[in-house]
Amino acid sequence: MSQDLHYLTIHELHELIAKRNVSSVEIIKDVLSRIESVESDVKSFVSIQSDSALKQASVADGLVSAGGSNPLTGIPTQLKDNLCTLGVNTTCASRMLENFIPPYNATVVNKLNEIGSVFVGKGNMDEFAMGSSTENSAFFPTHNPWNLERVPGGSSGGPAAAVAAGEAIYALGSDTGGSIRQPASLCGIVGLKPTYGLVSRYGLIAFASSLDQIGPMTRDVTDCAIVLNTIAGQDKMDSTSIKSKTPDYTKALTTGIKGLRIGIPKEYYSTDIDTDVSEALRIAIDKFADMGAIIEEMSLPHTEYALSVYYILAPSEASSNLARYDGVKYGLSALDADSMWQAMENTKQQGFGPEVKRRIMLGTYALSSGYYDAYYLKAQKVRTIIREEFRQAFERYDALITPTSPSTAFKIGEKMSDPTHMYLSDICTIPANIAGIPAISIPCGFAEGLPVGMQIMAKPMAEDTILRLAFNYEQATQWQDMRPQL
Amino acid sequence: MNSFNLGPEEVQEIAQLYRLGITQEEIELFRGQLANILESFQVLEGVDTKDISPTEHSGDLNSVMREDNTSPPLESTDVLSNAPLQENDFFKVKAVLE
Repeated sequence: MSQDLHYLTIHELHELIAKRNVSSVEIIKDVLSRIESVESDVKSFVSIQSDSALKQASVADGLVSAGGSNPLTGIPTQLKDNLCTLGVNTTCASRMLENFIPPYNATVVNKLNEIGSVFVGKGNMDEFAMGSSTENSAFFPTHNPWNLERVPGGSSGGPAAAVAAGEAIYALGSDTGGSIRQPASLCGIVGLKPTYGLVSRYGLIAFASSLDQIGPMTRDVTDCAIVLNTIAGQDKMDSTSIKSKTPDYTKALTTGIKGLRIGIPKEYYSTDIDTDVSEALRIAIDKFADMGAIIEEMSLPHTEYALSVYYILAPSEASSNLARYDGVKYGLSALDADSMWQAMENTKQQGFGPEVKRRIMLGTYALSSGYYDAYYLKAQKVRTIIREEFRQAFERYDALITPTSPSTAFKIGEKMSDPTHMYLSDICTIPANIAGIPAISIPCGFAEGLPVGMQIMAKPMAEDTILRLAFNYEQATQWQDMRPQL
Repeated sequence: MNSFNLGPEEVQEIAQLYRLGITQEEIELFRGQLANILESFQVLEGVDTKDISPTEHSGDLNSVMREDNTSPPLESTDVLSNAPLQENDFFKVKAVLE
């Protein structure tokens, strides 16, 4: 039994812990030994904190003995390396922050700490979360556990690969344009981008503040609900977090979806989508129909503009957010320059990788005098139209179902030379960020041995609807039980 | 062939606005790539945005007010713990005015 602990779900492990059949220390030891055997192939971690993880597991076992057990108590997790961890290097997979040690925890990290979580390590990512393959990490690329020659997706590629490979039981990622859902799809796991504002962004190193959200990356939908229960909620440290009473999301995991209305937006099934992906989606949609959902093809005509809107807004916000890396307060500093200005230029030149520079340049251009109206303002207006289109759609439909990614995992190196080609990887996920709505990716099949993901979107704060639909589909299929051969 | 053409001076100027040091090779690389990306944005010209207000926030959040309560800030040693250069509890920078 014990050799399989690293591949169990949170709820399975919690049951074993609650019955005293297994201790948290046993679980973390099994996970660490799994890391020992597969990490040299997968490379999902920027850093591993085995000593502190063992100590935390021991504390968790004490909490369990004292009767204070939460479903996440003692469960090993990986955090994407853009989540600030007190006293533990937080690099954003950038040379700029290679030696940065945060003096505080992100709110989500504090919340996990309070219930006795075990932090295994920090997950690899595209530098500053800019990318769709984790190849933009300044340190090394992560490999897809289903096929080591392929990318895990990005930017939360480390967390997705770690969960798929059994190197962590679950992970926290961040999603600005698909960075939780697309890697979840490519690695065959569950990934949720919550409603904008449901989870505090305090301590998440900012990329594009109007789009960023933190969310769970898990092995199944039940685990996703469990993690969301812990991380959701208003935070005085993030004034964009939503004031509302968050429900117990595991209560949404009930059987039966009869009568729920599901829209199938035709724009997401265009020729840009690989045939094997759209075929897997057709079969999955039939399954929802079999379960009694009402399925209707519909249209979101402004979908085609979402990609351009995103690649104006996200780089614009990034160029503003990343201006803080001036080599003065923290991060890399080019001290050998003659003047302050030269030091600043050298710091950014040495600290940022090519994709980050490209997006900074793009954002600076879009915000510069004379171009602001044509790019940034225009994009914000089209964003209003896209949000309104979703709002109207959700008057008629409980949820919308689309592919998560236009293709399964692509080869490492395949798209690196052409940024515009790489940007298309997020074509199905970007609209949810623009509209601020929740969206999940869950496994819905395989094509040539590689996982295919399905995206379910709903109106703001309707995570319960999404989880209910995903749970019912999961119960009717077995995709969540598949594990890669490593 | 795209209709956008960014000259090397323009690329250099954008970098200068941001105080981003870039090499000649990067200028050449970004010229073409940025032009391609900007070209793709032209699709937005086809959207009628007359009388449409720009989005200011992706949720429906209104301005929020809270009690102005004080709480202890980070210790200055913690704030300065990552500083490349410091002196007497301050961040140290090179001369701003020369």
